[in-house]
Amino acid sequence: MSKSVLILGASSDIARAIAQKFGSEGWSLLLAGRDVEILSRDAADLRLRHNVDVAAFVFDAIDFESHKKLWDSLPGRPEGVVCVFGYLGNQEVSERNWYEARKTIDTNFTGAVSILNIAANSFEERKGGFIIGISSVAGDRGRTSNYIYGSAKAGFTAYLSGLRARLWKSGVKVTTVKPGFVATRMTEGMNTPALLTATPQQVADDVMRAYKRGRPVVYTGWFWKYIMLVIIHIPERVFRKLKL
Amino acid sequence: MLAHGWGRYPSIDAKSFTFNSEVELRARLETISSGSAIARGLGRSYGDSSLSENLLSTGRFNRFISFDGATGELVCESGVSLSEILDVFVPRGWFLPVTPGTRFVTVGGAIASDVHGKNHHNAGSLSNHVSWMDILLADGDVARCSKSERGELFLATCAGYGLTGVILRASVRLQRVETAYIRERTIRTKNLDEVLDAFDEQAGWTYSVGWIDCLARGKNLGRSVLMLGEHATRADIKESMEALRPGPVRELAVPFEFPGFFLNTFTVRAFNVAYYGKASSRERIIRYEPFFYPLDGVHNWSRIYGKRGFVQYQLVLPKESGKEGLKKILRVTASKGLGSFLAVLKLFGKEDGPYLSFAKEGYTLALDFPITSSIFVELDELDSIVKGYGGRLYPTKDSRMKKEMFLAGYPRRDKFMEIRSTVDPHRRFESLQSRRLGI
Repeated sequence: MSKSVLILGASSDIARAIAQKFGSEGWSLLLAGRDVEILSRDAADLRLRHNVDVAAFVFDAIDFESHKKLWDSLPGRPEGVVCVFGYLGNQEVSERNWYEARKTIDTNFTGAVSILNIAANSFEERKGGFIIGISSVAGDRGRTSNYIYGSAKAGFTAYLSGLRARLWKSGVKVTTVKPGFVATRMTEGMNTPALLTATPQQVADDVMRAYKRGRPVVYTGWFWKYIMLVIIHIPERVFRKLKL
Repeated sequence: MLAHGWGRYPSIDAKSFTFNSEVELRARLETISSGSAIARGLGRSYGDSSLSENLLSTGRFNRFISFDGATGELVCESGVSLSEILDVFVPRGWFLPVTPGTRFVTVGGAIASDVHGKNHHNAGSLSNHVSWMDILLADGDVARCSKSERGELFLATCAGYGLTGVILRASVRLQRVETAYIRERTIRTKNLDEVLDAFDEQAGWTYSVGWIDCLARGKNLGRSVLMLGEHATRADIKESMEALRPGPVRELAVPFEFPGFFLNTFTVRAFNVAYYGKASSRERIIRYEPFFYPLDGVHNWSRIYGKRGFVQYQLVLPKESGKEGLKKILRVTASKGLGSFLAVLKLFGKEDGPYLSFAKEGYTLALDFPITSSIFVELDELDSIVKGYGGRLYPTKDSRMKKEMFLAGYPRRDKFMEIRSTVDPHRRFESLQSRRLGI
């Protein structure tokens, strides 16, 4: 069996594109997500297209107790993990409804910490492997329009940063990927500006490039680095008046 | 969002939905509060075949399901593109049974248009190579149909323009090839008589297509380059060549919309003279991509027509009266200086089974015209010539024909309407085109 990669939250559009990318380079794929019926269709597709081994596993980011069991049930230890799952939530609902806010935080932050702690310890012990986390530009500065999601992603970004520093000594590479707008099911119906909106395939290309070059942090598309640089440096008294 | 077809005309403010499973599609259909819906793949139909208030995009419904390496039977979801099929299966020695002039169409869209290719004279249209398909009907049921099972639904859904329901899955028979190359023979002909005779003389070739210089007049009227092709065998190519994995081909892109004045009689004439002059009568081995998809190498080529877009006009005339009819049409387009960038001629084989299939025995001519203030009047005139010779137009390329023109060209439409009214009595599936044409 060739090297394998575990994709967490594998049925999202970005995850599917990432799976296609790794599959096209001959990786065995371990797809983990909530809907195994859909994952098994993806698995058949990936096998046919790339002639690689693909297996599907049930995984729920907010069922923390199940994470260890999932890890132990994998066929061997994967070479790497790509953590893609996320939940955009509804900002306005989250402001009034704790359950929505909590679901947003638990999915984007707590769930990611829970499963990646397990992977990190395992890779540290083996002294090798990689972890790629799909965070978001929304985590770079809290904005009126999506600060619950943004703060959870900010936490995830900080977690990955610390994890990177810790695992560097063990030869485990940790990469933070920060997409801006991506045309996916999550953003369907939102009028995102066409020029700033990436396709899931572009995100997947960036993920693969970052992995190969061992880059710590990448924005996708690249221009978001500069957009966010500007947004971070807007003085507070101006920022609070902007409708962002 | 503003949606338009490949010709960039017309456009409509539409809601677009994607889906991952038939359960999700069914749920999406139920949330539609106003207007009709139509399935949409890669949006490569030229006019308004895939435009409606609600677009059911197959963009995320694009998985391969199974492949039988003994028979070439490929089962996939309807959003899979022909391009994906070629990328995956050419290296394994399989090719599409029929392909239109672009690889950037989905399986669902190709079936809904019952596309034809350069091999129509011996392979028929795509529907001949579809073993079965699953369709989500207006009532939410999924129906499997084939030539033998619910055969009428099958014949109404192929070339059904999405009006019977949403094609979910299809099983298509691929053909075996030894190489990714085509043995191409090019023949220069001086005028229309010569090229039409050449089509008959060269009928033994699997693939044939002609390119006409529409601006040539008088004794040169219909001056053409005829391109013939066969899948190259291993013996046809050099031993040093990779038979099935020759590596990527170079591609270009048109990065922006050209100014409207870019294409005019002079630039088109210059292009055509250069093209005709370059093509000598010869035989060579080329990759399948430039043979089948000369324009796919230039991404977004339709932008060359500028913001106003263009209309494509594809007609077929019965073989008996075709020669005379083509001459008349070429004379009219040349005398009015309607300057087509691309004019493609082909001899079709027998008419296909589906009720609204475009191809029938005779000559087909495809022209495209930039949109100008007078173009629609001019095209109405062409319509009456086509109608007069017993011909018809291809709805996939159309955005403007009148209902009468459609009715005159498609005598089996009543059968289609009968099936359509049984499976979708409330007309949940409609396109701007189906409303215009009254189907």
